[in-house]
Amino acid sequence: MKRRDLLKTMCAAGGVSLVGGRLGAEERPPTAPLADRVGVLVDTTKCLGCRMCEFACATANDLPQPEASIDRSVERQTSPTQWTVVNRYETAKGPVTAKRQCMHCLQPACASACLTKAMYKEPEGPVRWRESKCMGCRFCMVSCPFDAPKFQYDSPVPKIQKCVMCWERLEQGERPACVANCPAGALQFGRRSDLLDEGRRRIALEPEKYVHHIYGEREVGGTSWLYLASVPFEQLGFPADVGETPFPVYTREFLYGVPLVLTLAPPLLLALSRASRARQIAEGEEEEER
Amino acid sequence: MTMHLVDGGRPRFGPELRRFGTFLLGELKPRGRLLTPFNVITSAIVLLGGVLLVIRFAKGLGSITNLSQDVPWGLWIGFDVITGVAFAGGAYVVTFMVYILGQEKYHPIVRVTVLNGFLAYVFYAGALLLDLGRPWNVINPIIGNSFGVSSVLFLVAWHFMLYMMAEFIEFSPAVAEWLGWRRVRRVLKALTLGAVIFGITLSLLHQSGLGALYLMAKGKVHPLWYSEFIPILFVVSSVFAGLSMVIFEGSITHKVFHHRVGQRLRATHDDILRGLARICAGAMFVYLFLQLIVFVHGQRWTYLGTGWGAWYLLEIVGFVGVPAALFLSGFRKGRLPVIRAAAVLTLLGIVLNRLNVSVIGFKWYMAERYVPTWMEIVVTLAVISAEIWVFRWVVNRMPVLSFAEVDRTGEGERRVDIVAA
Repeated sequence: MKRRDLLKTMCAAGGVSLVGGRLGAEERPPTAPLADRVGVLVDTTKCLGCRMCEFACATANDLPQPEASIDRSVERQTSPTQWTVVNRYETAKGPVTAKRQCMHCLQPACASACLTKAMYKEPEGPVRWRESKCMGCRFCMVSCPFDAPKFQYDSPVPKIQKCVMCWERLEQGERPACVANCPAGALQFGRRSDLLDEGRRRIALEPEKYVHHIYGEREVGGTSWLYLASVPFEQLGFPADVGETPFPVYTREFLYGVPLVLTLAPPLLLALSRASRARQIAEGEEEEER
Repeated sequence: MTMHLVDGGRPRFGPELRRFGTFLLGELKPRGRLLTPFNVITSAIVLLGGVLLVIRFAKGLGSITNLSQDVPWGLWIGFDVITGVAFAGGAYVVTFMVYILGQEKYHPIVRVTVLNGFLAYVFYAGALLLDLGRPWNVINPIIGNSFGVSSVLFLVAWHFMLYMMAEFIEFSPAVAEWLGWRRVRRVLKALTLGAVIFGITLSLLHQSGLGALYLMAKGKVHPLWYSEFIPILFVVSSVFAGLSMVIFEGSITHKVFHHRVGQRLRATHDDILRGLARICAGAMFVYLFLQLIVFVHGQRWTYLGTGWGAWYLLEIVGFVGVPAALFLSGFRKGRLPVIRAAAVLTLLGIVLNRLNVSVIGFKWYMAERYVPTWMEIVVTLAVISAEIWVFRWVVNRMPVLSFAEVDRTGEGERRVDIVAA
């Protein structure tokens, strides 16, 4: 039932109607088609930098309220107690503010790095973490190209903390808290394919206003959060060198090699050992004959 | 055990068990002088380490480490686990030479090398538990309620565990001899070849797997150390890392435990070291060639002019090239001090390399660098001290440095058993 509500939200937000038969969660394949996944489009040209999203995020996720007054010249990072931050960047086109949080990659490095499947991607899109599975190895943090997962170093029972796209709100048919509370309409929740269409539409309508690049469309194989901006994204603190290859691909070749070595090395070693033993026995007999 | 309890078909449980108990208690007692400088210093370190670990588990990792959101893996992973496991590589190389290639010359050092490897895994890979934020969940990937099979760390964790078992089986005949369980020993001895083959396979995979952990840290590890060949480089370097450790540790063991060293090992020890030096030199030239190919393919020329480039050259030339040449010259001229110096340089080079990948070159672009706290260092030293204690206890009691040479053919084994009986 909950998934059904979530999909309803997706319909409402994206303005797309779905055929009833496709709504049954049970009938869906474990991995929904990429186009079906939900995400958020962030239009940094509309962002006022008011930080309402930060406060809404804290309230929705039972986190301490962020500090009201901050030093705008410092680039802040997300933390275990603050899953989203808005930073201001001085650019050639004046100051630009941008909200940052987990990008919810389509093929998340963190989830493929997790040896207990504590970190995993919901078929609908959000990347979540399960307390009962995690052993706190922090390999997700080493692997994440955006450094999204944060660890509670000050706790004897530490958790990995990051944006979960307000999964519980999604299940109740609501939009993520940051989206719902953005007074400027800079955030739009919906299906990723629709958000990409919307992003392209905006760029086409005002080609001078935007750089012709939707960050997250192809980066690391695509992310659920998508960004529009008036300046190149590296000026807004986005890593420009992450490439378009999904991160799990980097370990794929190694992991392919594992079954090969595991099955082929033992018989080869056994054969080698037999051969050397046969030679030894032969040599031993020769010596005895002398 | 059972055969001891049965005598002439009538079980005599009580007296045998009591005798076994007294034997164990007697063996557990420390031997030699207690108040040596080594004992005093290591006891202090272990005690302090224990106190620090209590704080760490009560207050979280941040209480005694300098780990941060930017640097989630520090000294404990980079040195204890990643470097420690490379140093433990000697066990799979020596068992390969002895049991697979049949190079009997190296047989006398098999047990001490396997013991060292086993203890290194127990303590250094075990140090992983200290670093885990939620160690009580460590069984999750083992018991099967959440198999993260797409994770390199999943492979590494399983292989650590299985390899520890394989190494224990490889060493177990020595335990059986110590306890006087002859029939058990014969069963365990029959498992050796299987354990060796399994162990070599596992070693190849997890030695490379430790490097593969960093494949997804693309962009975080300095380009001079990042390449898709990290796993291969880690395996190849584990060969000479492990053997250099065998040379280094063997030289010390030979002096400290002189009374425990058997005749054959005493007679052939120098010859063995020379042989190992030659293999090290060979493996190091292969490694250097591989590094050169990776360097050219990675188009790394541009980085050479930077400080990182100088640091990289120091590692490759100073701590691989130079010791490789020393190994070769030490082997040719038969000079053991040169070989020992080369082994020490090589070990330092491995520490450099593993730390450059995992700690020093990790997030090299950040202004604020991770430096371990003194407390992280003390815990690391405590782990090493505890390992040496156990090693010393075992070497002083079990037939590790001196044992009956057994021909690998079934015939020979039986013959020796009869002699022993």
